[in-house]
Amino acid sequence: MSAEFKDEFPNEAQAKATSVDDLKAQLGEIVVAARAAVAEATSTDALAETKAELLGRSSHLAALRSAIGSFNTDDRPEAGRACNEATDEITTLMDARHNELAQVERTALLQTERADLTEIIGDLTVGHSHIITQTRRTLEDLFVGMGYTVADGPEIDTEWHNFTALNFPLGHPARDMYDTLYVNWGKAMSTMLRTHTSPVQVRTMTSQPPPIAVVAPGRCFRRDTADATHMPVFHQIEGLLIDRNINLGHLAGTIEAFTTAFFGEGFSSRLRPSYFPFTEPSAEFDIQRPDGSWLELGGCGMVHPNVLEACGIDPEEWTGFAFGFGIDRLAMIRYGVDDLRDLWLGDMRFLRQF
Amino acid sequence: MKVLLSLLGNFAGDLLEQDPNTLSEHLSDLGLSVEEMVILGAAFNGVVVAKVLDLRPHPDADRIQLVDVDDGSGTARQVCCGAFNMQVGDLVPLATDGAVVGGGLKIKHRKLRGEWSEGMLCSAEELELPIDNTEPEILILPGTAELGSNVSEALDLKHDVLFDLEVNPNRPDAMSVAGVARDLAARLGLSFSIPVPNVVEIGEVAEQVSITIDEPDFCRHFTVRTMRDVKVESSPVWLAKQLLALGMRPVNSIVDISNFVMLELGQPTHAFDLDYINNNTLAVRMAREGEQLVTLDGETRTLSAQDGLIVGSQDEPLSLAGVMGGASTEISESTTTALIEAAWWDPMTISRTSRRLGLRSEASARFERGVDPEIAEMALLRFAELATQVGTASLAPGTVIAKGSERPSLPVRVRVDRVNATLGTELAKEKMVELLEPMGFEVGDSGGAESSASDGGNGNTGAILSVSIPSWRLDCATEIDITEEVGRAYGYSRIAKVVPLFDQRGGLSPSQQLRRKAADMLVGMGLSEVMSLPFLAPQDLRDEDHSNAILLTNPLVSEESVMRQSLREGMTKIAAYNHARRIADARIFEIGHVFSAEFPQIFAGDIQKGNTGTSGGTSSNTAEKTNTSGKGSEGGSLPQESEHLGVLLCGAEVGDAVRVWLRLCRSLGLTGASVRNSEQPGLHPTRSGELLIDASHKEGSPVGVIGEIDPQVLEKHDISSPVAYFETNLNQVLATRKQQEALRYVSPTKFPSSDIDLAFVVPEEMAAGDLKAVLANAAGECLTGITLFDIYRGEQLREGVRSLAFRLRFEASDRTLTDEEVAEARLRCIEAAKEMGVSLREGSAESKLHYSNDIKKPRKRSCRL
Repeated sequence: MSAEFKDEFPNEAQAKATSVDDLKAQLGEIVVAARAAVAEATSTDALAETKAELLGRSSHLAALRSAIGSFNTDDRPEAGRACNEATDEITTLMDARHNELAQVERTALLQTERADLTEIIGDLTVGHSHIITQTRRTLEDLFVGMGYTVADGPEIDTEWHNFTALNFPLGHPARDMYDTLYVNWGKAMSTMLRTHTSPVQVRTMTSQPPPIAVVAPGRCFRRDTADATHMPVFHQIEGLLIDRNINLGHLAGTIEAFTTAFFGEGFSSRLRPSYFPFTEPSAEFDIQRPDGSWLELGGCGMVHPNVLEACGIDPEEWTGFAFGFGIDRLAMIRYGVDDLRDLWLGDMRFLRQF
Repeated sequence: MKVLLSLLGNFAGDLLEQDPNTLSEHLSDLGLSVEEMVILGAAFNGVVVAKVLDLRPHPDADRIQLVDVDDGSGTARQVCCGAFNMQVGDLVPLATDGAVVGGGLKIKHRKLRGEWSEGMLCSAEELELPIDNTEPEILILPGTAELGSNVSEALDLKHDVLFDLEVNPNRPDAMSVAGVARDLAARLGLSFSIPVPNVVEIGEVAEQVSITIDEPDFCRHFTVRTMRDVKVESSPVWLAKQLLALGMRPVNSIVDISNFVMLELGQPTHAFDLDYINNNTLAVRMAREGEQLVTLDGETRTLSAQDGLIVGSQDEPLSLAGVMGGASTEISESTTTALIEAAWWDPMTISRTSRRLGLRSEASARFERGVDPEIAEMALLRFAELATQVGTASLAPGTVIAKGSERPSLPVRVRVDRVNATLGTELAKEKMVELLEPMGFEVGDSGGAESSASDGGNGNTGAILSVSIPSWRLDCATEIDITEEVGRAYGYSRIAKVVPLFDQRGGLSPSQQLRRKAADMLVGMGLSEVMSLPFLAPQDLRDEDHSNAILLTNPLVSEESVMRQSLREGMTKIAAYNHARRIADARIFEIGHVFSAEFPQIFAGDIQKGNTGTSGGTSSNTAEKTNTSGKGSEGGSLPQESEHLGVLLCGAEVGDAVRVWLRLCRSLGLTGASVRNSEQPGLHPTRSGELLIDASHKEGSPVGVIGEIDPQVLEKHDISSPVAYFETNLNQVLATRKQQEALRYVSPTKFPSSDIDLAFVVPEEMAAGDLKAVLANAAGECLTGITLFDIYRGEQLREGVRSLAFRLRFEASDRTLTDEEVAEARLRCIEAAKEMGVSLREGSAESKLHYSNDIKKPRKRSCRL
């Protein structure tokens, strides 16, 4: 090994040792000097320089090592061992010191990097989905999970879709149950802001053959002055299932499944006879809270044979049910909002709460 | 409609034995929803009849006096009382120690301003008596009452229960006490009957009254009787009390009896002063357009040809049939002979007239639903019975009945299987009969299989019932009507709840999913969703929008009379609302429908005319097909309607809105979205433009407008900081995304990328986007990214130009690009820019070339990110 070493670094081999003892003596001095030098180093950078001086290619130690080649063959192992021991000792010193210094330096660096996490600058504005949207999506997802798809339709619709096809013939007193807003389109009172989402039933049934299972959430209108519990614009969700052998028990079962899914366990539902021109039998459905009290929620019923016929569906072959209820009120109940108008103001202090 | 349990008992006596709460549940389950149930007379416990012995002023208070009363014990008790309407000798109700009156007030002996009060004298209100009296007056009891007895005996008002029912429009029969009793009795299996009035006819047969019905469809019958010895006076207390309880104000004996009969039996009656009916002749005809009649309330009514009239022998209008009587034949104190009339009027006509004239009464409400055409004679007899009993008139022999058109009701064929299939029940035919007959339906067997047939099921297969409809159920005419009746009588609550199984997988359409994603992305960008009313005021519209505006023909207020054509006005109002409340950083979006006779080109897109805005999967199909199917054509055409997305950023510049738009498109996976500068009406003239998508077309298609709201508009709304805005046709954006190819994965290259920075001096007139497009084109196919990363305007540059610095990244999938390749691309970019008249920025922006694998990231903490 030494030959190559020497060849490579011929100029370094100036230090000489005359004997093994001399070598050991010199190594001893080197170690003593090294101990002092290592202790003097005050940074890892300085220590690295010290290391190069003590152990590098041009160090005294390296020179001594290269001199071993000139020793007697018998002495060489001992001389080599002495060199290695000295090297090991110095390396150990170095490593220990390095660890010390690195620790100190790291600590110092970390101190300079200190961050105060409570220095929070700027506002924490995030976006908020409207509670109507949130509630509507919950409802959509719930019915999607029960196998329904989601349909929609125009908010301005014809008298035919909104009333006639739904078994409210012209002049039918039940049309009075709705305070309808009409628009200046076509003949007088032929075109209106839909009063319910039920025209979507008609549009769905006239456009696709049964079986049909859709829910139609959407915006509806009535001629009403805005107050805490009334708005001229409101949201409903409508459900329609048309298939063979659908009966009132299926409607009751669907309402019940919806009730427990939306409100939670402990809530139940009931149907009470009611009247809507487009369903028969018709019912209101109520939700019973765990405390036993009732909440009137919406209307439902078996789709009236006249409606099926108006939509080109044979009522002898197909039957179905429809149900509908307000989304706004559910949203209000859910979050404890007590004034409908708050939903429409766009007050950021309202919107940011949800 | 209100009913008293005691009155129900007149028709089904066993109802009185039932628990009121149970009755209430049954009523609701029968579809006669109980809105309120009041137990009357609960306040009577401990309240006794006492006699006023002496009245003295309270020595220490003006508003109360001291009253000595005798409660039958013989000794005087002193009570303090705040009312002054009684006199010595009056009998009054005394609430004694321990009584609870006035809805929870517990009576005990106590001192009032130093004087003992041993109990309390009660007003009608404190006894919860349904007597309309707002004055704080003590109730004076009839002089016959026995001292010390419970006040309920003195008032002849035992415990009673008042039910306030919500009666659906399809239940004309339930607009009477008798009808409600019939339903309840049927449900509970109790006997029901309408008592036959017991009345004696007195005197000569009445003079013949001639009645002509010119409108047989409007008036199916017209029945009259003559009452003599008429004395119009106040009704007796029992009658007035019952009417008040049922929500009607007592007027006089004749009117009150008429009302009471109407409440009991559902048949309104009308009394004419016979002396004012010339020649004893009446006729029924439609009014002539513009004809006038002074009604009972003294108003002169101008009539239309659609109003029904009762006229006299000179063809002069006497009464607005079914809606309100006329003043000329009104019963008054001078009336001696009255003609009482009970008729059947066409519901639609009555509904139209009462609505048009704003005259809706208990009577018109009943005619509108359809009165039992066979109850008239019974009602007139009941009228006479009560009149005789009260002593206000006597009945003359003789009845005149004029008939209009008959409408025979044929038996309805009802398939037992079908009823069960609709209801989800397995009722035997016999059970259905049991349910229907107590309600008055007569059921015969109209054939089909015998119920004993051995079909292994419930024995119904093929069984058909022939159901005759009772006269009071005008709503029932078809099998489905009877089905509903069977269900109602059986009880909806008894029908098993079953979740139906059907062969469809639920889900949102791709458009619906994208719409949700768009909203979520905007929320993720810190925007909050708003909903603004879709109604605008005419002055909200810009001049050019008036011609296409959709107007409400019957708005409540003119401020809400125009349908929005854009979301901008509503959202600007919301910005102003928040600004006025010192919230100047509102960042909002709205997704909503807009309406127009014809949208401007930029929003027109390829939405189907007539049915728009319904991109939600099935529905856009729905709309299209409906319009072409022929069936839907009955519906006629519709205005254009689309779904728009509006984004509004307060205190922000147009660039913020551009970034929201581009990030939104990117998040939706929509490629080729961009913007183009152009002046847009209503927006800042030099800070506005168009939204573009699908730039695979050369120009890109405009899908909306973007810019800062015009400062003039902001000023009008008192908004002091800029507001950035964009509005797009969301349907079109989502549709374009659907048309674009599905996203495909491209694996990242394994070879290093190279970046170059190029800064150009660009005239202000030149759009940065145009330059960027040219650079991107010139850079060649290895370009994988180009970003404008620095804009400089200032001293180092001359007027009218700015420096735009772009960073371009080059990559190849199969090799490391050589310096030469990148340098060539760079030269191509510089050359292309030069062709546009744009030069590299001198001195500073020496375009740099560096390699991504050279980039070192030193540990550097000095700057805040």
